[in-house]
Amino acid sequence: MRRLSQYVALVAYIVFLAFPLVWLLSTALKTPQEMALADPTWIPREPTLANFADAFGEQDLVGAAVRSLGVALASSLITVLISLPAAYAIARHRGLVNRIAIGWVLVSQVFPFILIIIPLFMILRDLELVNTLPGLVVVHVTFTLPFALWMLQGYVRAVPPELEEAAAVDGATRLRSIVKVVAPLLAPGVVATLLFAFISSWNEFMFALVILQNPDVMTLPLTLVRFTGPEGVARLGPLAAASLMATIPSLIFFAIIQRRLKSGLMAGAVKG
Amino acid sequence: MRITSALAAAAIVALTAACGSGGGGGSSSSAPGEPVKINFLSLAWQKESVAANKQLVDEWNKANPNIQVTYVQGSWDNVNDQLVTQFAGGTAPDVIHNDSPALSGFATDGYLLDLKDKVPAELKSDIPQAAWDTVTFGDGKGGQGVYGVPFLQESQVIIANKKLLDASKVRIPTPDNPWTWDEFSEAAKKMTEGDSFGVAWPMKSPVNKTLNLALNFGGTFFQTGADGKTTVKVGPEEREVLQRIHDQLYKDKSADTDALGMGTADPLPAFFKGKFALLPAGVFLRQQVAEQAPDGFEWVTLPGPKGTTAQQGAVSQTLSIAQDSKHPDEAMKFIAFFLNGPNQAKLAKGDWLLPTSQSAAADPAMTTEENGWDVATASAKNLVVAPFLKVNGFDEWKSKVATPVLQEFYANKITIEEAAKRLVDEGNKVLERYQR
Repeated sequence: MRRLSQYVALVAYIVFLAFPLVWLLSTALKTPQEMALADPTWIPREPTLANFADAFGEQDLVGAAVRSLGVALASSLITVLISLPAAYAIARHRGLVNRIAIGWVLVSQVFPFILIIIPLFMILRDLELVNTLPGLVVVHVTFTLPFALWMLQGYVRAVPPELEEAAAVDGATRLRSIVKVVAPLLAPGVVATLLFAFISSWNEFMFALVILQNPDVMTLPLTLVRFTGPEGVARLGPLAAASLMATIPSLIFFAIIQRRLKSGLMAGAVKG
Repeated sequence: MRITSALAAAAIVALTAACGSGGGGGSSSSAPGEPVKINFLSLAWQKESVAANKQLVDEWNKANPNIQVTYVQGSWDNVNDQLVTQFAGGTAPDVIHNDSPALSGFATDGYLLDLKDKVPAELKSDIPQAAWDTVTFGDGKGGQGVYGVPFLQESQVIIANKKLLDASKVRIPTPDNPWTWDEFSEAAKKMTEGDSFGVAWPMKSPVNKTLNLALNFGGTFFQTGADGKTTVKVGPEEREVLQRIHDQLYKDKSADTDALGMGTADPLPAFFKGKFALLPAGVFLRQQVAEQAPDGFEWVTLPGPKGTTAQQGAVSQTLSIAQDSKHPDEAMKFIAFFLNGPNQAKLAKGDWLLPTSQSAAADPAMTTEENGWDVATASAKNLVVAPFLKVNGFDEWKSKVATPVLQEFYANKITIEEAAKRLVDEGNKVLERYQR
């Protein structure tokens, strides 16, 4: 009986998670008339691919997705490459400087976005990075880095220093113990941070809107918003079709990488 | 290990792709001998409208190899955040599509070019002065300037379920003889039967709709004193439309209260189902009705009701030129082409709005009975500058004071006296800050 209730709860949770995606698929396959029915149905009565044809015919969705993928991959990898050693240093070397550094990382999250967007835009303009994808990567890395650092230092702290000490007793240098002992144990943390940075960049809209002006460099969120009008009115069919397509790359990325997102690597590591 | 290799490979590809695909920068300067390049930020979003915009830009580019226009599609929801940053950074597009309420602040800050002496005579005379008034603002230095070319406007009409309208046997209003508000209320009562209501007022964003209709009874909501200071006023003229809508909801019970919290297009499913007969809305909603109406559903467009006058407040969609544009004369030439009579008719048809151009309004596409174009176009004669258009601090008053107060009033949570008091007291505190 207990097991049954667990399954029911699990199914309910899966339905809850899948609801937006299924609704998106259902909407993408409906005609405008069917979308305006007072009693909407899950399964379209007259399924149509016209919304997909409109979405792909009117906008360069594939090009935008490729650009978004490039920016998101570059941003997430650079974020992890920078934050990993920094997180190690902050977690292992406790002192006043590190406490100040952590405090600063937290404070940097407090500034409202609108306060920094204009100065940031000026800096990018002076560096001739406005209207370029590398400029957008720089901004995404800058904004993801503090939280990524905070996330990763938590994972580093969870790795017992005794493991490094044991490696040192066995003759390993500090670098070797980091590479061979600490790094593998941090894999779940790195994957979680990668996912966080990737999804943040993939979905980011406002900076892209301000920085990118040339139609040839527009990312996916900028392309999706073209199906919306003023006061929340939208072309729901093409928007649903395009949004559905936009979720696929991040789902694939998540599916590939989530296998590494496991815990318990260190269970029993320092027993005895 | 394979994942690590794949990620490394992906990183190289991504970095190469990201670094290799830079744009040309926001500036539109051109080397000598090269064609002048102009960026045009357009906010068109409906399928037909985007197609019309792109077609006109293509036509221009083919006919003018020395002035090449790049079409950049933006979004209504974020355009002002985008422009604030780009103006500050000096990288704004040359030609900017926006609406007239947004121009005032940008004009005062010196970000928009004064077009007073640049608009060609033909374009100037084709657009009536009432429309030019919607883009005439102070320049921040004591003078007045024209900061855009107005080209599309919206009026309020009533979209009606023809079957229910005919069954009620009420007089069918025409542009020359619209319903009075009394007739409108009587018609709504006659159409209320069982679970069906006469009318629905979607009031998720109640301010512009209320203020524009308030002009029917001369309600302006703002007054400027002898000291030049603007204050909020909610007198008998302003209360008239508020009270009449409230009466339909709670006294006559001829308006569907379920629609109150809805956005403009949200009541359409219930409208198509016959849950109510009349839907007061902006003319653009006809597009959604035409596209989404089920087979066999008949609908008509009726003119908005008349109070002491049939006047309604109007704002305009506009094309402006950035002050920092390196090619203002070429940008103006493009605007003059883009907004000539025949082209305005194409743009208005694509957006289901009303052209400001008088020659465009005479275009057969604008006067056909199909989809209510004749009634919609005729309603343009009642449009006057919305009184709130030139009020500094209106946006804050609208979002922080007027929206919640009107929503509470229409939801019958506060009386009209309380609503009026809050609109004035809290509103004046907001306006005061903008006039120090």
